[in-house]
Amino acid sequence: MNVHADAIPLQGDVTVGGLLLAADIAGSGEPVVVIHHSTGPLWTPYLELLAQTNQVVAPHLAGFGRSQRPSDARAPSDLAVLAMQQLDALDLGPVAVVGLGFGGWVAAEMAAMYQRRLASLTLVGAAGLKPAEGFIHDPMMTAFDAYVRQGFANQDRFDALFGATPADDVIELWDFSREMTARLTWKQWMWSISLPTLVRGVRIPAQVIWGGDDRIVPLECGYHYAELLGGAPLHLVADAGHNVDLEQPEQLARLTVDLRSIARS
Amino acid sequence: MFLGYFNERPYQDRDAEWYKHFGGLQDLSLSNGVYKPEIGAELYNRYFDEKLVVEQMGFDGVMLNAHHDTPFCMGGGAMNLEAAVLARITEKLKIVLLGNVLPIWDDPLWLVEELATIDLISRGRLVSGFVRGTGRESIAHNAQSPYNWERFQEAHDFIVKAWTTPGPFRWEGTHYQYRYVNPWMRPYTQPHPPIWIPGILSRSTVAFAAQHRYPYIMLDSQLDLTAQAFDVYREQARLNGFEAGTQHLGYMFKVHVDETEELAYETGRKMIEGAGNLFLDGSNGRPNPHAQNLPGLNTRGPGNQLPTAAYVAVRTARGVAGTEAGKKPPAERGPARTPEEHDARRREIFDGILARYACVVGTPDSVIPKIRHVLETLRPGSLIFWHGDGDFTHEDTMRGLRLMGRYVVPAVREMAKELELYSPFEIDPSTNLPVPQPLA
Repeated sequence: MNVHADAIPLQGDVTVGGLLLAADIAGSGEPVVVIHHSTGPLWTPYLELLAQTNQVVAPHLAGFGRSQRPSDARAPSDLAVLAMQQLDALDLGPVAVVGLGFGGWVAAEMAAMYQRRLASLTLVGAAGLKPAEGFIHDPMMTAFDAYVRQGFANQDRFDALFGATPADDVIELWDFSREMTARLTWKQWMWSISLPTLVRGVRIPAQVIWGGDDRIVPLECGYHYAELLGGAPLHLVADAGHNVDLEQPEQLARLTVDLRSIARS
Repeated sequence: MFLGYFNERPYQDRDAEWYKHFGGLQDLSLSNGVYKPEIGAELYNRYFDEKLVVEQMGFDGVMLNAHHDTPFCMGGGAMNLEAAVLARITEKLKIVLLGNVLPIWDDPLWLVEELATIDLISRGRLVSGFVRGTGRESIAHNAQSPYNWERFQEAHDFIVKAWTTPGPFRWEGTHYQYRYVNPWMRPYTQPHPPIWIPGILSRSTVAFAAQHRYPYIMLDSQLDLTAQAFDVYREQARLNGFEAGTQHLGYMFKVHVDETEELAYETGRKMIEGAGNLFLDGSNGRPNPHAQNLPGLNTRGPGNQLPTAAYVAVRTARGVAGTEAGKKPPAERGPARTPEEHDARRREIFDGILARYACVVGTPDSVIPKIRHVLETLRPGSLIFWHGDGDFTHEDTMRGLRLMGRYVVPAVREMAKELELYSPFEIDPSTNLPVPQPLA
């Protein structure tokens, strides 16, 4: 696994609702909260890049990574509530929130719950909406690495990050994360019937970013999010699959920071 | 001794290309577009006809199971319907369902009603087994795998309450909610039909069975490891304040009896040919490891596994064990170059299965001592013969059944009597007291 940077992020662990909730924190400046994929939290080059200009807060959602599992959580909205309380416990003011894939769904729920808590919203290949055509890819009958590979436009980049055969601790993270995901979204798989109505009222600065070759969440979900968010810009990132953060970290970091600027102005 | 008979009612289509090349077929990869309704109709009726012979041959019961979306078992979605038919067309056989996969039922009140009805039609001959099911069954009915164990336990509690508590009542559980539970039919057997728990792998399942004093039936494993797993049940029984007896333990294994040793071997090895269970030792097919190992379905790591888990690993590898020392297992030798080489490998795999007592074949004279060895080693109160499966023809099955009925069934009864192996119908597993027997 080659995605760890030399600088080890600080651990911003807090207790919320009786659960230890972890976060990796690095950099300084205006805070950006990045919500991880369903495959779990990893400290990646994208976060490293963001940390050069901002304080990056990467929470481990409840039940993922180092955070304790709420055995009674049943939906991503439950994790969104806990994530909001986690931001309070970390004493963060209105923050830019970036959601990656499944984390995008959680971020959308957070914005729908209390948009004043967010300075801006960036959704990257976000799950949560039902595609009119096709389906959000289901990994349940495939190997952990096969699913992550499905999220890459270029398999060489997967190999460069994880190796041809990922390390045991990474497989363990993916296995553990898949279980937590399956506790939250099984049927319906990766979408919420109520989310469109809830998101339609969100009017904070927002943008939608999609990999041009996303084979996990159909691009039409990106257009749908952009429309729900009042005509938010939709950026298509070429030569990237679902994992835009892993394939085009520089571009995603730039777009993330740009929205911070727009939001500030 | 309870002596039962079982097969998975395989879907056999000997003319189909997929059937000829079942080797290598991965579980959950075959479209039902190949299904021929006329064959399905023929086979369901054939298997019912064979059950009538099972009754004539003196067996105590038939066992049915359910796997979905596969040719190796026609009981998926049909098992309770088959049981209802058997309830009407047989007279004495216990109808042992091992079992209904509780977690995949979103509405277990249907089970309360269906099973009570089967018990009524059969006038109290139902044995209602409950299982958690493997991942493939959760896939088939889209049950949320992390809650499999919770749903199993809650559905069990709900079903037992609905059978035993006069309604109406309300149920507000974690996974199931009902505002009005009042199924009109109540089971013929009071307080409720016997519940048996089958398994192979999980210590939790054994602990659950012992906690409720339910008989535990080990399905198709091998002798030594099953003996160790039975010790786990005995330990759990002591923790729950009782001594496990033969009435608490059952073993299901493959048996074929034929007219000559050669015919017994050649026919018996059909058990692992055709569209046989993908999880059988020596199966030609391949399980889908990711569908089997759905998130949260099983505790990761060895902590919750029975000794028999080692055998499942063997089965998954299709005959890795039991081959000659120092020789690569057949599954790891690459494709066979000739039909003769393929045949030799299949024989080698089958020989390993025989060596592990997961299957016994022979003439009555040679089979009976082997069964005695099983009885002496495991001391089960229930023994279930797995027979007539895989690529068995109706004629193969009938030959074996007749010889079992004439020679093996009476011999097993005598041995069981001598070894004092009592079934749950002779010693009540919930009390360890003798069950009053009807006058002869």
